[in-house]
Amino acid sequence: MEYSEKVMDHFMNPRNVGEIADASGVGQVGNAKCGDIMKVYLKIENGIVQDAKFKTFGCGAAVATSSMATELVKGKSVQDALTVTNKAVMEALDGLPPAKVHCSCLAEEALHAALWDYAEKNHIVIDGLKPPVEDVDERHHAE
Amino acid sequence: MDTKIYFDNAATTPVRPEVLDTILPYFREYYGNASSIYGIAKESKRALENARGQVASAIGAKPEEIYFTAGGSESDNMALRGVAEAYAKKGSHIITTKIEHHAILHTAEYLEKHGVKVTYLPVDEFGKISLEELENAICPETVLISVMFANNEIGTIEPVAEIGRIARKHGVLFHTDAVQAVGHVPINVEEMNIDLLSMSGHKLGAPKGIGAIYIRKGVNIEPLIFGGAQEKRKRAGTENIAGIVGLGRAAELAVAEMEETTKKLTYLRDKLIRGILENIPYSRLNGHPSDRLPGNCNISFSYIEGESLLLLLDSLGVAASSGSACTSGSLDPSHVLMAIGLPHETAHGSLRMTLDRENTEEEVDFILEKLPAIVQRLRDMSPLYEEAVKNDKE
Repeated sequence: MEYSEKVMDHFMNPRNVGEIADASGVGQVGNAKCGDIMKVYLKIENGIVQDAKFKTFGCGAAVATSSMATELVKGKSVQDALTVTNKAVMEALDGLPPAKVHCSCLAEEALHAALWDYAEKNHIVIDGLKPPVEDVDERHHAE
Repeated sequence: MDTKIYFDNAATTPVRPEVLDTILPYFREYYGNASSIYGIAKESKRALENARGQVASAIGAKPEEIYFTAGGSESDNMALRGVAEAYAKKGSHIITTKIEHHAILHTAEYLEKHGVKVTYLPVDEFGKISLEELENAICPETVLISVMFANNEIGTIEPVAEIGRIARKHGVLFHTDAVQAVGHVPINVEEMNIDLLSMSGHKLGAPKGIGAIYIRKGVNIEPLIFGGAQEKRKRAGTENIAGIVGLGRAAELAVAEMEETTKKLTYLRDKLIRGILENIPYSRLNGHPSDRLPGNCNISFSYIEGESLLLLLDSLGVAASSGSACTSGSLDPSHVLMAIGLPHETAHGSLRMTLDRENTEEEVDFILEKLPAIVQRLRDMSPLYEEAVKNDKE
């Protein structure tokens, strides 16, 4: 299994690690049982994602996708934030080994969970945003 | 990053220079087929039998009880399938353990599909089987007990002599996967009542692709590979003379140097284990504290994941391994760490470092210096650590 240079860069020098104390939305997905947990914090002002931070327990790909997903979402409107899909994260990282694709799904889910939290708190609807799956890895296990 | 510190000797070892020197002439000078009768073939035949003697004496067997194979996995397959088939009339029950190498476990699963009943013995928190449970599992149908000599992940050494005694008492054959043990801990198949034993060359400084199985005289097994009359018709195929010569030489050297190597490795291992446990909070030793392979250190760090740890170690030029799901190619962490009762999240954060004769105290010191910061770096990124620290304060 070989990671791309971009994945290694985002693993070795992850962007946006940390927490946002007064986050507008927080989303956590995955579980420790499967070895991946991602927690994403978003700071949203005037409908624009001003800042994004993450904390991740997981493998190299999990850290790199968290880093890339938070990079991609910054500066986007909450609506455009939905374009940060697992596919987009994976492409931005020059691909992932097949066994690691589920990590990119987790990044998308974490981001969406944070957006959902924001939408709920502010009583708004983001078109196309679905409620977060309680346990993403369980779903992948069931597949 | 180029590997500067190789701490993954349970995965494989470099070929020892003395071994390499011994085997090189068998590629260009003495390349004859040992089954032929002309001049150069005679040297192949002589080398083959010399190596057989070297391997035999490393485990207290007779030369005619050693059969060369392509490695530990083949030997394991051969032992289980060969015995199950040859003794099918006597019964079709095999006893093994939950912590065996996949070469045993997957062969056992295959046999189950073909009507063989298999008991997988549990292990305690240190990875040892219970002799009482073993004895209770034996029934009139039981034809084979297969318990590994020492575990490849956590290094725990099983009570092999006692298992041998129980097997003998009940008239059941006893196989042991000794791939991690041969050349590393004393083995005597006579004293330990071992009927079949698997070994591998590349775990003790011989090349990859060579192994052997010891089959006690009088024990029948059906072959896995049919063809020529090599290895007394138990294993067809032109003998890998260079590999065989290498295995013989490596086994001879390992046994001759065992006392000295064990002393050195035990010191390094214990320094490494103690240093980590004392300096890194939320860490635990996996495996038995004293009944363990001299070079094995296996530690779990809570709240972090093993692959990330390996990548950061690799960036410092350190090669090690982990039982995390991400390194096992599945979503589940190592079956061995599960069997000793680790919660999933602790199993995911395991780090195995396996030392051998070429490792030094400077390397151990380097790890002890660098590891705390690496673990902390990952913990600072982990939402689980954040929660744990919060809970500890409360």
